[in-house]
Amino acid sequence: MTVQALKQPGAPQSNQSATLLNVILRLVLLLAIDGFLIWFALSAFGEGYTSLGIVIAFIGAGVNYIILARDMYPLRWMLIGLILMVMFAIWPILLTIFVAFTNYGDGHLLTKVQSIELLQQERYLPEGGAAYSWTGYQNEAGDYALWLQNEAGEGFLAYPGTTLIPASEAEGVGALDENGIPEAIGAYERLNALQVASDQTIPSIQFGSELDGVQIRSAREAAQLQSKYVYDEVADVITNQETNAEYSPVEGVWTSSRGETLPFGYRDTVGANNFTRFFESPAFRGPLLRIITWNFAFAFLSVFTTFSLGLAIAYIYNDRSLPGRKIIQSFLLIPYTIPSLITIIIWRGMFNNEVGVINRMLESVVGIAPEWTVDPTLAKLAIIIVNLWLGYPYFMLICSGALQAIPEDLYEAARVDGANAWQRFYKITLPLLLVAVGPLLVASFVYNFNNFNLIFLFIEGGPPIANSATRAGHTDILISYVYNFAFASGRAKEYGLGSAITIIIFLIVAVITLFQFRYTKMWEEVGEGV
Amino acid sequence: MRWLLAVVLILFAIFPVVWVISASINPSNTLASAKLIPDNFGWDNYRLLFNTPQFPFGRWLWNSVKISSITTVLSVSITTLAAYAFSRLRFTGRQTMLKAILLIQVFPGLLAMIAIFTLVTQFGTIVPALGLDTHAGLIMVYLGGAMGVNIWLMKGFFDTIPRAIDESAMVDGATHWQIFSQLLLPLMRPILVVIGILSFIGTYGDFILARILLKSTEQYPLMVGLFIFTSGEFSQKWGPFAAGALIGALPIMIIYLILQDQIVGGLTQGAVKG
Repeated sequence: MTVQALKQPGAPQSNQSATLLNVILRLVLLLAIDGFLIWFALSAFGEGYTSLGIVIAFIGAGVNYIILARDMYPLRWMLIGLILMVMFAIWPILLTIFVAFTNYGDGHLLTKVQSIELLQQERYLPEGGAAYSWTGYQNEAGDYALWLQNEAGEGFLAYPGTTLIPASEAEGVGALDENGIPEAIGAYERLNALQVASDQTIPSIQFGSELDGVQIRSAREAAQLQSKYVYDEVADVITNQETNAEYSPVEGVWTSSRGETLPFGYRDTVGANNFTRFFESPAFRGPLLRIITWNFAFAFLSVFTTFSLGLAIAYIYNDRSLPGRKIIQSFLLIPYTIPSLITIIIWRGMFNNEVGVINRMLESVVGIAPEWTVDPTLAKLAIIIVNLWLGYPYFMLICSGALQAIPEDLYEAARVDGANAWQRFYKITLPLLLVAVGPLLVASFVYNFNNFNLIFLFIEGGPPIANSATRAGHTDILISYVYNFAFASGRAKEYGLGSAITIIIFLIVAVITLFQFRYTKMWEEVGEGV
Repeated sequence: MRWLLAVVLILFAIFPVVWVISASINPSNTLASAKLIPDNFGWDNYRLLFNTPQFPFGRWLWNSVKISSITTVLSVSITTLAAYAFSRLRFTGRQTMLKAILLIQVFPGLLAMIAIFTLVTQFGTIVPALGLDTHAGLIMVYLGGAMGVNIWLMKGFFDTIPRAIDESAMVDGATHWQIFSQLLLPLMRPILVVIGILSFIGTYGDFILARILLKSTEQYPLMVGLFIFTSGEFSQKWGPFAAGALIGALPIMIIYLILQDQIVGGLTQGAVKG
């Protein structure tokens, strides 16, 4: 029926049934999707992934609206793309923005609930409280066990890490002496008073489980451990039972009125602190100006050099009558055809100060061996050279396409008017070309502004800036600087601060992109016919 | 004169490549050979790639081809459908969405990797097949970027096809789906090829996402695998790295060199003439 409907769109009967079928198909599809999404969201909530559950629920609502509402028809064409975009592009961006306003990072990795739970697990040995008399045992492996007796004379067996076992249920208990204490427990031998007194280990061992933990208090007495910290939900205060000190939350750290803090800080919002810290703290301000200047210079120089060389090649070899033009173009395209990850690493090896092929050649020809990775200016020069190699073929391709689109009679007319070759290039080719490739120049600028791969894989931002309070290098751009806060091993990770810098980078490139919308052809095209 | 210049430029272009070839046949495992043709040159590095269980090179190559192919087919489908809607249908929010797509793409995603890692971990506890260390999970994240700049390229191409074609079909009672699949799609072949190639190469060359989301050596794609050779823990095996890089780059190089005219055409059609 559907096949018929496709082939004879004019036939009213089949058309109608096709619509009906269409509606039924859509409903079945929707039910299947809804079933899956509801199950998925519920599982997410069940696992405790509240935010994931909320996103899935939000996506589910959107999917239903798009499929059911008549005027959402155009969006059905991109439904799957939209779902994936919300999940893996927009949602991570929103999270990054949120994190920028928190202190998420080392020392603040936990949630508040987790932090309270961890503190509540801490035990201490109170002065008074339920007490036992105890006898110690040890096996050949050196493990300890305790035989406890409460005031009523009931016996318990205690191993580290497991709940206390009442005498009636304990296994392996040997014959009892006149005081009701076993001579041996399984492979564990009873320790005499002298052995116990000289044993340094036994007083520090916590016997029993987390809940009924028991520790030795004196030569005769063992006592039940108690929670050290108690959390009062209403007052939002944690009290230390031992010292009676009270701790209130201050930006993700439990702090007493005297300024003492507890371990296990947690994530908390800190307002615009990350941003003000970034701009105002002297530690950042030092390298910051340098990094931003170099970031812009790097992006500009990259676009300028790659575009210039690409355009020059395209212009010189635009002549179709030149023999071997195709072969030349193929060879010159090679840098573009190798994944840049590979070539960046290769260039890194070639620029090596001692053993790199570039310095070996320079040394044998002109007798110098520049220190590419030590001298800041040379390092920057090397980066620009590598990026020129990586980037010019793209503009060569684009420009040779665009040059062919410039009508030949414009040049004819100029020639008739007596313009020389340079004037023809400068007055005709360049302006027309710039209009055409303008958006791509801006896009290339934005791409290079965040060209993390090149800076990181080639030189890791080095050489380091001396006297910088934070880790920063002379060739670091903002995005590779961020990497140090979020991922670099062996340092405190500051996701909050890293995210704040990310937002600042985004604002810069977003403004440039929006500027491009406004002033280039691409933008006019979007406005067309609406 | 132009030939002389060409020789200089070509030397610049192929200098690193020549040098990688030299390193790949150098048995002394170094980046610092003084001679173009090293002493005792041989194919040991290539043999090592395919005979070392620690470095399942063949497997990495296959993973890369598999992941990139699946991602390409799905992402081109997503892009084409969306671009049709943006080109042929009129709806509120159309311009805003087009702009938003570009803005989302310029967001520096490095820090968002933390969120993506967490997301995929959580997906994995609910649906293990989509979790960390699975190719399906990685592909899913790649497809999150399918609604990107390629939509602009594709839409630009759709816009060049005269609307009179679909209007006359519409008069005959054709639905949008019929116009799309039977009239326009065949005309889109050239741009589909170009965007397919660009998407394949982009995925093939990705490093960071794959490195974050995949854990076991068997699951690595080629780029992550190759990177192992250069990191200290395997004491910088430059010979195998160079050999592997050449083998890995070869398919892409061949695709490019054969189809360069189509790629130029596609890029300029979509982007330049807009």
